[in-house]
Amino acid sequence: MTDMTENSVVPGTRPDLPPPVTESGIIGWLRHNLFSSWWDTLLTLFAIYLVYLILPPFISWAFINSDWQFLPAVELGEKAPEFSDCTSGGACWIFVRARFGQFFYGFYPDAERWRVNLVLIMLVGSIYGLLSERVKHKKPIAWFFFAIFPILAFILLYGGLGLPVVPTQQWGGFMLTLTLAGIGIVFSLPIGILLALGRRSQLPIVHLLCVLFIEFARGVPLITILFMANVMLPLFLPQGVEFNILLRVLIGVTLFASAYMAEVIRGGLQALPKGQYEGAMAMGLGYWSMMRLIIMPQALRVAIPGIVNNFISLTQDTTLVAIVGLYDFLNIVRAGSRDSNWIGTEIEGYVFCAFVYWVFCFAMSRYSMRIERKLHTGHKR
Amino acid sequence: MALAKGAPESGAAANLVAPQAVAFWRDERKRGILAQIVVIALLAGFFWFLLRNFLIKQELSGAPPLSLYFLQDVAGFQLSFSLFPLTLDSPIGRLIAAGALNTLIAAFFAGIIATFLGLIVGIARLSKNWLISHIAATYIEIIRNIPLLLQLVFWYGGVLTALPKPKDSISLFEAVFLNIKGLFLPMPILQEGVGWFFMSIAVCIGLAIVIGRWARARQMATGQQFPTVIVNTAVIVLLPSFVFILLHDPIGWEFPIKGAFNFKGGLTVQPEMTALIIGIGISTAAYVAEIVRAGINSVSHGQSEAAHALGLKSSWTLRLVVLPQALRVIIPPMISQYLNVVKNSTLAGFIGYADLFAVIGTSQNQTGRAVECVIILMVFYLTISLIISTIMNVYNKRAALVER
Repeated sequence: MTDMTENSVVPGTRPDLPPPVTESGIIGWLRHNLFSSWWDTLLTLFAIYLVYLILPPFISWAFINSDWQFLPAVELGEKAPEFSDCTSGGACWIFVRARFGQFFYGFYPDAERWRVNLVLIMLVGSIYGLLSERVKHKKPIAWFFFAIFPILAFILLYGGLGLPVVPTQQWGGFMLTLTLAGIGIVFSLPIGILLALGRRSQLPIVHLLCVLFIEFARGVPLITILFMANVMLPLFLPQGVEFNILLRVLIGVTLFASAYMAEVIRGGLQALPKGQYEGAMAMGLGYWSMMRLIIMPQALRVAIPGIVNNFISLTQDTTLVAIVGLYDFLNIVRAGSRDSNWIGTEIEGYVFCAFVYWVFCFAMSRYSMRIERKLHTGHKR
Repeated sequence: MALAKGAPESGAAANLVAPQAVAFWRDERKRGILAQIVVIALLAGFFWFLLRNFLIKQELSGAPPLSLYFLQDVAGFQLSFSLFPLTLDSPIGRLIAAGALNTLIAAFFAGIIATFLGLIVGIARLSKNWLISHIAATYIEIIRNIPLLLQLVFWYGGVLTALPKPKDSISLFEAVFLNIKGLFLPMPILQEGVGWFFMSIAVCIGLAIVIGRWARARQMATGQQFPTVIVNTAVIVLLPSFVFILLHDPIGWEFPIKGAFNFKGGLTVQPEMTALIIGIGISTAAYVAEIVRAGINSVSHGQSEAAHALGLKSSWTLRLVVLPQALRVIIPPMISQYLNVVKNSTLAGFIGYADLFAVIGTSQNQTGRAVECVIILMVFYLTISLIISTIMNVYNKRAALVER
């Protein structure tokens, strides 16, 4: 310290010394993040060992030592592909390639699959329109998505208006999973909003009924609700009226999801300061206009991360419909790997299936995290 | 909510300005009552409709009236696993009870795995070590974005069936064996004098509590600290071990012994149960890890800075300042995760473990008693969630911040 004052160097006349090698660049990063103490070093070595134990065998199994190509005979259509075509000892991706159409469309007839594709394109397009920040006019898209699209999708998928009918028994695979999750999402949101409003209502009976419903649906596992919809619901329908199994499952899934949705939206409602209600009432707004114009837009925005998380669990919960004999994505992959031609491909099927679910759910969770970050106004370090 | 609340004031104001009577459809309170009457009427009508359909159908099909007497009938099917002995002519009710117990056992062990693994992963996720925190993050992101059922069938169908045959099982210290038939553990056998051993443990725990109280009271009174943790650990570990040695091994172990086809003796955990516990445990651990992380993150930075400024060292900061506040945030979602574990154990049926849902499903199939079976299921799960949410509410009341 004293040296510097005695030499009295005018600042800026000599070039700055570079930072020490041990504190900057790759070495500095390594020192700070991996080897900052002996305990840290030990942890790093352990972690490296863990990665070494898992990653190389997996990569070798999935990519290096795996079969991707059909045999020439199969390409020519001379024989059906089977498990014994896979000779590498690693993953047998031929199985997934051979069964891809079934995994995606279930038993939907080949000639009609364009209808599924069209619905999918509309779905992806409108979801992009609703979520992207670049698209400004969201109102018409929202109307389309929540009002017109369900009808359109129903006509396209099921049939009618000149399109041949494809009974729901032939639906399956990824398309069925998307249908279940999509319908669950579209219907559980409005029902959830009503339930949340009902739970916060000061009308005692409405409040009680909503609390009872929400707590009941949240207190029992989804699978028991599906069981109920499957074995008990038919007993309570009028003589001669039969609900399609898919419809019964959809009712169960939607009611179940809307109870969870209601709780998330209630959280959003509670996050609003009382002044918002008072301000709206002071403006002379009635209950419904107050909710529609002032409260809901703010509450829903706060609740978006939770809502998206609910969508994620709903998507994952659709796998449970296998219990009532529907062939959703997971169930059809399981069934495929039990085929006598493909015995031994269970792990390949599950890994593929897991990958697809993962991509979808991960994308949704990233979106919800982004919204959360955008809404986050607190002090975060 | 504003409907009824705003009513008296607005009514009074209206009277002041214009004293004529308000039409009932403009009076919010009357409108609220009317709306509720309509809701009740609609709901009652709906349930009456369902009930009538049910009664008509029952009369037409000649089904017996609703009753729980079928629980005394002979079941005629077996469970793959049960804690108490079942024979082919055990009544259905006994099988259902065994199934309920199976659910609780699996949920208990899965909950333990989830808690410990989740705690480790959650802390690892917050580690300053880049590699460790990213491995933890990868684990969490992979597990949370894959359906639980897929994970379960993967563990059961993919991993456990790939285990070796009994003759070349994986062994740990020649005491624990793992093969395709299940997990074989040594079974503790209680011998003479074991009561003294357990009693010594109980006494030591009591002693530890007394020491803790005394230390705390002294600290409150004089400010002097006492190394409670070290002393209590010594008390709880040393004294019972001394008794253990004095008694000459009061607990013997029966080791699994390799037989002609499989292991004999010891404690056998069947593969279905292993897969269920591992699957649910590993999956729930990812959620627990996120809860732990969120809890620790929720303690504002200012708290630990203030603690450091007061001169507390980091381990004390964690123990005395951060953790007590983090626990307040962590415990409620943890309890709902335990509830989730119980609910998720219904997936056991997919991998052939006889939990309550699987047993009820089979009973329904055999007896056709749909309504009764659904009611038993619902009552069981609702009771459990009621118990757990009561505990949670009591805890919340005690731990909640006391504000103005």
